[in-house]
Amino acid sequence: MAVTYCFSRLATALVAVLLLSFGSVAASHVEDQAEQFFRSGHTNNWAVLVCTSRFWFNYRHVANTLSVYRSVKRLGIPDSHIVLMLADDMACNPRNPKPATVFSHKNMELNVYGDDVEVDYRSYEVTVENFLRVLTGRIPPSTPRSKRLLSDDRSNILIYMTGHGGNGFLKFQDSEEITNIELADAFEQMWQKRRYNELLFIIDTCQGASMYERFYSPNIMALASSQVGEDSLSHQPDPAIGVHLMDRYTFYVLEFLEEINPASQTNMNDLFQVCPKSLCVSTPGHRTDLFQRDPKNVLITDFFGSVRKVEITTETINLQQGSEIMESSYKEDQMDEEAMEPLKYAEQLPVAQIIHQVEKLYKEKMVHYTVKKMNEITHAQRILFSSWDGFDLQCNKKPKLKDWHPPGGFILGLWALIIMVFFKTYGIKHMKFIF
Amino acid sequence: TQLIFYIFSRDGACCLPFSSCYFLTLPDKMKIKCRFQKAYRRALDHEEEALSSGSVQEAEAMLDEPQEQAEGSLTVYMISEHSSLLPQDMMSYIGPKRTAVVRGIMHREAFNIIGRRIVQVAQAMSLTEDVLAAALADHLPEDKWSAEKRRPLKSSLGYEITFSLLNPDPKSHDVHWDIEGAVRRYVQPFLNALSAAGNFSVDSQILYYAMLGVNPRFDSASSSYYLDMHNLPHVINPVESRLGSSAASLYPVLNFLLYVPELAHSPLYIQDKDGAPVATNAFHSPRWGGIMVYNVDSKTYNASVLPVRVEVDMVRVMEVFLAQLRLLFGIAQPQVPPKCLLSGPKSEGLMTWELDRLLWARSVENLATATTTLTSLAQLLGKISNIVIKDDVASEVYRAVAAVQKSAGELASGHLASAFVASQEAVTSSERAFFDPSLLHLLYFPDDQKFAIYIPLFLPMAVPILLSLVKIFLETHKSWKKPEKTD
Repeated sequence: MAVTYCFSRLATALVAVLLLSFGSVAASHVEDQAEQFFRSGHTNNWAVLVCTSRFWFNYRHVANTLSVYRSVKRLGIPDSHIVLMLADDMACNPRNPKPATVFSHKNMELNVYGDDVEVDYRSYEVTVENFLRVLTGRIPPSTPRSKRLLSDDRSNILIYMTGHGGNGFLKFQDSEEITNIELADAFEQMWQKRRYNELLFIIDTCQGASMYERFYSPNIMALASSQVGEDSLSHQPDPAIGVHLMDRYTFYVLEFLEEINPASQTNMNDLFQVCPKSLCVSTPGHRTDLFQRDPKNVLITDFFGSVRKVEITTETINLQQGSEIMESSYKEDQMDEEAMEPLKYAEQLPVAQIIHQVEKLYKEKMVHYTVKKMNEITHAQRILFSSWDGFDLQCNKKPKLKDWHPPGGFILGLWALIIMVFFKTYGIKHMKFIF
Repeated sequence: TQLIFYIFSRDGACCLPFSSCYFLTLPDKMKIKCRFQKAYRRALDHEEEALSSGSVQEAEAMLDEPQEQAEGSLTVYMISEHSSLLPQDMMSYIGPKRTAVVRGIMHREAFNIIGRRIVQVAQAMSLTEDVLAAALADHLPEDKWSAEKRRPLKSSLGYEITFSLLNPDPKSHDVHWDIEGAVRRYVQPFLNALSAAGNFSVDSQILYYAMLGVNPRFDSASSSYYLDMHNLPHVINPVESRLGSSAASLYPVLNFLLYVPELAHSPLYIQDKDGAPVATNAFHSPRWGGIMVYNVDSKTYNASVLPVRVEVDMVRVMEVFLAQLRLLFGIAQPQVPPKCLLSGPKSEGLMTWELDRLLWARSVENLATATTTLTSLAQLLGKISNIVIKDDVASEVYRAVAAVQKSAGELASGHLASAFVASQEAVTSSERAFFDPSLLHLLYFPDDQKFAIYIPLFLPMAVPILLSLVKIFLETHKSWKKPEKTD
């Protein structure tokens, strides 16, 4: 018997991987109704909602973001998949005549603040750096899980931004700005690591269309509330609260989304028609050339909701029976249950004790001592009611210690010294021009 | 490269010099060359005895070797044409532990026919195009989408599996399940067999008053409630926020839910798109997990004292959950060649060569991910020329490149276990380098903004300097001219 071996070249597949090119158009198959939802190719949904402006008169931007947050949660995306960034706290702002509420309309029928808001990045944490870190994933390892965007290649991400913007930039917190090129680069970094399957970018600022002009990564669809050179206008002021409550574009988008439920088949073309020029005064724009699928095949719930793909399980595995072992372990469980003590909760924070002490001090009217205790209590309260950042205790205030200033004569003496040195060096004749 | 050992029984056919290199072609003209490396030997005495026993199962029991075969290798036993080991009409047999039996023949075309049979058997047990396409799914264009390609989990260092019991009606059902015993007896062996693919951790919990998001409809014909297939996608979301499993770890989580329907909606069946009730009463969602509906036997209500004690039959439940776990991991049914007998998996639920296929696919996927990560990192650094690379980022990149090379070399020589470990190392190093927080490209300076910032700063300072330079030049020029004039 002759034994022969066959030799061949080694595998060179990895070089081929590096030379891959993307961009073939998805072929459209004819599928029946039940498998229609396989068309989108995503298995989970994420949302990144950003409000970039602070101060009380920018109430409407917070209301915009919260209304999108509310719709997204209602349609099924859980809080663990939403990154909510609010630059200021309007609901618990001391100037809010109706605390713990944020309204979208002056009829006050819809409180978009809701009962279970989870803000991930709040007040000064909303910066351009943090926003880009969230998008690209370059986060320090100590960041908690709720502040991360843990998307994968089968995630559809909705990104909503609102605030004050201009031609090619968006202002963050009155001190910095993000340009459209930085945003496009961040999206490209996300695409390189396949951190999204499809991305929907919505922006409601002045000249919003300039922000999506520079995108160059595939699978991005963008909507903006106004074109370059136009301003996005706010909807209506509320005399009771004293500020404008919402922007026009997001107000009509919210109205549109309120009619969507998780099972609806409304597609993106309807979203493009929301807020025509007659209602919005500005011209909303959209960009779909980077998107692979036709917008009329894209469901609203592909981005705003979280509709899972399911398959029926048809197969099982044969397992051998271990009935004797089962019975003996059942008996062991019974004995364990009788022997165990009932469980109880550990002592969390002695709130009752602290409140009791505060009441005692009120009664005794010890002003200075109370301030120290107040500090302890506000610290404890902050742990408990951490969303009420703007709520300060108005009672029993001690005058604050002033900042230290140098004694008054010191500055005068310093200036006299400087002037004497100047005239000595350059000659006394300049003196008459000064005095 | 895959190693195949051929073992011939005494009266088997002679060996065959056929070509063993073939191409797996994936879309977009990407080719991966696979080859089989073969070794032949005659059967030993105890193997002869085993091969002449009555049935394949007995032969396997006798052939259970003390030393394990290397991962990624197959052993093919050739038996004679008239041997009674296999049923008469079956030409080959694929066993659960990297062994196969192929019947030889005495014929003019013996070489070709037996060669074809062997290649079919080998390909059924090893890497095929769709397994590879599923692994490389995110690097390929989208025109070949099908459900199987989107279902498997991505390769990761570890996985977290959570079993939850949902009891929406504790007033009527007092449900007990021996989850710890079931995990120990059924799930742990499966996970031990899969342990080469990653670290697994298992949790379990019981949730009370957890409703499904959908109201089931009543079917008067069978006097039971049913959930239509269209409603199934909306079942998961209301429950998911209460599961709390995503807060547990950074590894991907697989949730398996067992739902005991409330008394008002018992019994509850799931209907597929034809309207027929599903035998397993379970469904799964890709990359998320599975849900099974467990109907309480109506006989237990005879005592009519609520709540009734319900003891969950863990065997039935685990059969379904393990099948779902296999599907979610991408262990698909192999393409069985014609006239071949396929033995089912043993009690672990996983055949060893299925694990090999998974590891092949995962290794290729890891290598593809690592190389694309490093390439895009290099492109990023090329674009932003003033970025600072720290030493630890650089060392991670070197480590990633070394691991990629090592893994490719091990794959080419057929050592699957070390190739897989090296590919995992490559992926972790490349991801750590790419996602380093110091690589954030924050400042973007377009040219017109550069002018706008620096000109008001430097222009007022530059004007007197330029003027005095001009004055100096004119004076020296004049002083050079003067000596010429005065001679």
